[in-house]
Amino acid sequence: MSSINLGIAAPPRTSLLEWLTTTDHKKIGVMYIASAFGFAAIGGLIAELIRLELAAPGQQFVNAATYDQLFTVHGTLMLLFFAGPLAIGFANAIMPLQIGAADMAFPRLNALSYWLFLFGGLIVMSGFLTTGGAAAAGWTGYAPLSSSTFSPGAGMDLWIVGVALVGVSGVLGAVNFMVTIYARRAPGMHMFRMPMFTWTVLVTSTLILFAFPSITAALAMLFIDRHFGGGFFDPTQGGNPVLWQHLFWFFGHPEVYILILPYFGIISEVVPVFSGKPLFGYRFMVLAVIAIASLSMGVWAHHMFTTGQVDLPFFSLMSLLIAVPTGIKIFNWIATMWRGSLRFTVPMLWCIGLLYVFTIGGISGVMLASPPIDYMAQDTYFVVAHLHNVLIGGTVFAGFAGIYFWFPKLTGRRLDEGLGKIHWLLWVVGFAVTFIPQYVLGAEGMPRRIADYPAGRGWDLPNLISTIGALILAVGTLPFLLAVWRAMRRPADQPADPWGANSLEWATSSPPPHHNFDRLPPIRSLRPVFDERMAAEAERRARGEGAAGPTAGPAAAGGTG
Amino acid sequence: MSADATVLPAAAGRVKTASHPARGLGNPVLGMLLFITSEVMFFAGLFAAYFSIRAGHTEVINGVATHVWPPTQDVGILNPWRLTTESGALNLIVPATVILILSSFVCQWGVLAIRRGDQRTFVRAISLTFVMGVAFLLLQAYDYTVLMHEGVTLSTGLFGSTYFTLTGFHGLHVLGGTLMLAAVAYRGRAGQFNARRHDMVEAVSLYWHFVDVVWIVLFSVLYLV
Ligand code: HEM
Repeated sequence: MSSINLGIAAPPRTSLLEWLTTTDHKKIGVMYIASAFGFAAIGGLIAELIRLELAAPGQQFVNAATYDQLFTVHGTLMLLFFAGPLAIGFANAIMPLQIGAADMAFPRLNALSYWLFLFGGLIVMSGFLTTGGAAAAGWTGYAPLSSSTFSPGAGMDLWIVGVALVGVSGVLGAVNFMVTIYARRAPGMHMFRMPMFTWTVLVTSTLILFAFPSITAALAMLFIDRHFGGGFFDPTQGGNPVLWQHLFWFFGHPEVYILILPYFGIISEVVPVFSGKPLFGYRFMVLAVIAIASLSMGVWAHHMFTTGQVDLPFFSLMSLLIAVPTGIKIFNWIATMWRGSLRFTVPMLWCIGLLYVFTIGGISGVMLASPPIDYMAQDTYFVVAHLHNVLIGGTVFAGFAGIYFWFPKLTGRRLDEGLGKIHWLLWVVGFAVTFIPQYVLGAEGMPRRIADYPAGRGWDLPNLISTIGALILAVGTLPFLLAVWRAMRRPADQPADPWGANSLEWATSSPPPHHNFDRLPPIRSLRPVFDERMAAEAERRARGEGAAGPTAGPAAAGGTG
Repeated sequence: MSADATVLPAAAGRVKTASHPARGLGNPVLGMLLFITSEVMFFAGLFAAYFSIRAGHTEVINGVATHVWPPTQDVGILNPWRLTTESGALNLIVPATVILILSSFVCQWGVLAIRRGDQRTFVRAISLTFVMGVAFLLLQAYDYTVLMHEGVTLSTGLFGSTYFTLTGFHGLHVLGGTLMLAAVAYRGRAGQFNARRHDMVEAVSLYWHFVDVVWIVLFSVLYLV
């Protein structure tokens, strides 16, 4: 059938211009994902530099001032320009497909969000080009360290502007997601038929809406302090530096749940598909996400136990409580796998890796939620180990699960399984080698954010091991890049549903057409694609045709669930 | 055959995917409500800073650290009820406030008009709202020059810092609101809204009411209590 496209005679555009001006949610999603990985690569290279510097006592090749810039930009890029935007990228690319929408509610606003994010990141990094260097006050930008007295350079201002831009971008994106989910669901797609990932996007957006403005306000006041002689955070003028901490963590702690909830959503999509079973306790999972989000608004001050200015029992209790819904999720995933017919594909391996690694991170978090331990561990490598434990073991592992899972949907090509398994193995091992020694270092009292440490304290060996681990992680990324490169050189040959999956995005071709769906299956349950597969199979059996025909291929293989 | 949806030719045409709710909120209205939520949180951050600074301000009076607000050097600067200010200039903050509050009613008058389909009244009301918004901004600029003349600026201590930061960000929001009103008036003159389709008008009016409410809170906090 020739594709006669009457009516819309868009002027021919070069493909670069097409990408630069697109308002298609799938393209914007892919741009988000690609840019997020770009920032991760830079942040990762910086992390390697940090680890090489710390491999042995003494100054290797960066001085203390540069070192401060490195960990500040590393933390900022990884959290605000990689982990968050990667989730937003998935949300953009996948969520409208999951609810059967043709695009986001406000496509142009969506493009604006992307460009604000991209330039925000570039602006933060451009600090390296200024004479004073990049921002060096840590990703937390604590006052008075971030004041004009202690951070006089332009790098700090560029950091303020860049972070403010990504904050605004996040709010606009959140509004867009929420309206899309409210208004653009296909007929039959009730709230309690929405896939878990879509639910997590909705809840995360709510968190963004409440949490991000707090940092925008704080940044604005910091800027006024630095340039217009304000005194908000300056104790010599009667200002209050702890105020910054409150405003920062009122944003910062919900932010870490913003960085994990969508990834929990990804896990909840992948595990049922490769367990051949429906998600265990779907409604409980939804409630758990909502509970985590609500509690997360009340735990910010657990980052401030040692200021002596916060209500320890309250914030400690809230922080411990949050482990309960998180535990529910972990157990529900395990229950989903229980007695399923497991297929150990690469996305599934990442999920299993997460179950182990994230759980360890969660347990070390519960330890830190107890003030007596926190008093000892604050600002040591114990905290660094904990935060990477949850961010890499949670966010990054789930991010990779999502990439391997949805790559066929977004590109029509599949990532090589063999390379993917090497990637996975090197990362699980590399993670342990890098960060387990850091728990030890923390327990032995090594402070974070130092460029050098004295020899002979027993810190040398764990640091060396940790650096070797970081190199394993770097090498482990190569098979992934190779897999992407090789996949993109092959023709797009993937069927609509290469995995035998459940949710609506697998009902359309891979990659989907511009308007997403040529037809929609009836939506009568949580798993419309699964239902349709079953119906087709039943029909086949009724006609006495027996096993699936040649076209079914991999789709039928997953139809056992 | 497998159940793959791909087997259908592209020419099968687009499916109806976007189900605009038959009733309920239009997208721009819902979007604006959510955006306003985030704006509330933004101002909450600023107010939190203001109250924490205000509560923590102490001065040494008769050798004892005492909590006072406003700081002694700034006492009486922000009395809204005086006709003239310290330096003898006209005190126009109450007229500015009245104009902004009234503009909300005028705006709503315009919204009610377009709901009835009365385009003439609608355009007039929105244009008047716009003019009132600009008037508020001019009066605020005047107020700023008077205060600076009297020696209160962003950098003359926390009283000035907080005052100019809070009112300044509110002013920026008013500015944004007037730009939106101008767009609505312009499109309204071109006849782009009618009784059935005017979601953008509803959305912008919500924003305008929000800006108005913020000012009422700001005025009460800064001038009255
Ligand atoms: C290749 C893997 C990584 C390695 C080897 C690594 C290494 C490090 C090290 C050694 C520090 C401590 C620097 C110091 O305190 O002196 C650090 C800090 C940090 N990292 Fe990573 N990191 C990696 C990946 C990530 C990822 C994926 C994220 C987030 C998604 C992340 C977020 C952070 C944050 C937030 C900090 C704190 C920065 C600060 O103190 O202001 N890192 N990283």
